[in-house]
Amino acid sequence: MQHEEDFDANLAGEDKSSEEAKSRWFKRIKKGITTSTAEKKEAPDGLWMKCPNCKYTCTVLELKENLFVCPKCNYHHRIGSHEYFNILFDNQEYEELFDNVRSVDFLQFKDLKPYNKRLEEAYSKTGLNDSLSVGAGKLHGHDLVICCSDFNFIGGSLGSVMGEKIAKAVDYAIEHQSPLMIISKSGGARMMESAFSLMQLAKTSGKLSQLSDAKLPYISLCTDPTYGGTTASFAMLGDVNIAEPGAMIGFAGPRVIKETIKKDLPAGFQSSEFLMDHGFLDCIVDRKELKDKLAALLTLFKS
Amino acid sequence: MPQFKQRQFLDFEKPVKELFEQLAQIKEIAEKNPTVDYTSSIQQLEQSLLERRKEITKHLTPWQQVQLSRHPDRPYTNAYIKRMLTDYIEFFGDRNVRDDKAIVGGFGLLDGETVMIIGHQKGINTKMRQLRNFGMANPEGYRKALRLMRLAEKFNKPVITFIDTPGAFPGAEAEERGQGEAIARNIYEMMRLKVPVICVIIGEGASGGALGIGVGDKVLMLQNTWYTVISPENCSSILWRSWEKKEVAAEQLKLTSTDMKSFGLVDEVVEEPYGGAHWNYEEAAESLKQVLVRLLKELKKIPAEERINNRINKYSKMGFWEEVEE
Repeated sequence: MQHEEDFDANLAGEDKSSEEAKSRWFKRIKKGITTSTAEKKEAPDGLWMKCPNCKYTCTVLELKENLFVCPKCNYHHRIGSHEYFNILFDNQEYEELFDNVRSVDFLQFKDLKPYNKRLEEAYSKTGLNDSLSVGAGKLHGHDLVICCSDFNFIGGSLGSVMGEKIAKAVDYAIEHQSPLMIISKSGGARMMESAFSLMQLAKTSGKLSQLSDAKLPYISLCTDPTYGGTTASFAMLGDVNIAEPGAMIGFAGPRVIKETIKKDLPAGFQSSEFLMDHGFLDCIVDRKELKDKLAALLTLFKS
Repeated sequence: MPQFKQRQFLDFEKPVKELFEQLAQIKEIAEKNPTVDYTSSIQQLEQSLLERRKEITKHLTPWQQVQLSRHPDRPYTNAYIKRMLTDYIEFFGDRNVRDDKAIVGGFGLLDGETVMIIGHQKGINTKMRQLRNFGMANPEGYRKALRLMRLAEKFNKPVITFIDTPGAFPGAEAEERGQGEAIARNIYEMMRLKVPVICVIIGEGASGGALGIGVGDKVLMLQNTWYTVISPENCSSILWRSWEKKEVAAEQLKLTSTDMKSFGLVDEVVEEPYGGAHWNYEEAAESLKQVLVRLLKELKKIPAEERINNRINKYSKMGFWEEVEE
């Protein structure tokens, strides 16, 4: 086993991390943090971002210009629905649809918190009305309806509202003869809606079959993470299944699998590349190339 | 039904256990002494046993209902097939990877007409439980089910599925072979099957593993079963961060057949023999058979296209949401 590096000892030119070695050059007189909260100096929120993968730090502006992809290691940061809309729709112009569909706590579900309270918190935290937004606009001139989940809103969970918005988006796509894309980013079904959330798997799949009957293309984009009920329904049902690089995609979560097989999982298990290898994806596309790739695809479906 | 000595009882079945044992003893004595008439005391005991069985299922908590659905003596798919169908022939394999023993299926005659029957199968003893993987199917199980459904569709035979699973198997190989895709594909294809489809929850109905063979024109639940998005244990571990809250989770999830019927998420609840299906396999199979025969007759009258539309519309209405004025 490798010992953790001891910076104090190293600074003192010592190899050993003994108390003696440390105390020789540095002594803490006051214990703990003494600065009061009011006096705390902080960098304004959101100015700098650190890449969770390679720790490279850059300004948010720089990251945004790079479509929230780490300039150093190509790590795809998790982003929200409106970021995707802005990246994909021409001139960042799109019409947001069905934003008036809201959750109702029909079951009055209560775990550690009442579901109602969770919803309230999610509304104020994200400024969104649920875990999926629908946008309609043009992508390099092609009509496209995009349903995109927001992971910040209760883990992008699939509940009645997501189901209904996708259903409405399918109807809208059929009415406007437009292709449909769903961008998944979800931990799975929303447990607080119990069996109602499970039935959204059937509901969305049924609606997608109507889109299929109308001979309109359906593109599924899996982003990090795509799990559970999402994978077991629309995320895997695309005419074309695409994923972002390095996204985690699966049915059961890694922790559950590990507990089941009582073994460690191999590196890269359930990553986009793993799914590609096993034949469940058509391609893995960098976020920077996504728009062009989609346009090329849509052209092929049309011509 | 299992013989007396192997019969297992749950905690809340204690009151019937004593009566059941008394009855067995008396029957044994009666057999040994053919000269003495024990008929009246046997009848009396049988009557009170029936009453107790009735009592037990009257006031079950949701968690007790979950326990009852997992009763070790409960009939599984093959037990129903044996009692409901004649000339049953089982089919095997997904024609791709292997045969998944957690899902069984085949053609058989129900009331004289061919049906395709498909269901989760749990093992009846320790060895079989492992072989059947505790009713947890792998992707090849769902793909076998789909193959059989397509076969039924080709020859215009109705499909009946029996659901009894603690969930789809969460193994590493299951992921490699696309557990999510297999379930998604089944849900999608079941929506579009041109033949009548009836699904019955006969035990546990957990999540995608259940829905993977659970989309139909009619979905039924046996009385002492449950059906929801996650098992109460896993729900407790995720939402309460503890394995101890399964009883509360079972209550909160509203997973019983009564709840599911009241939500309109299932179409009918089929009554079980007093105390649960494990008390009388024949009776349980017969009452289910009658419902199935009746529903198949109704469904066959509807043209295929209309049936598919009805099916999609039925699921499209599921959920609760509001549309607020902007």
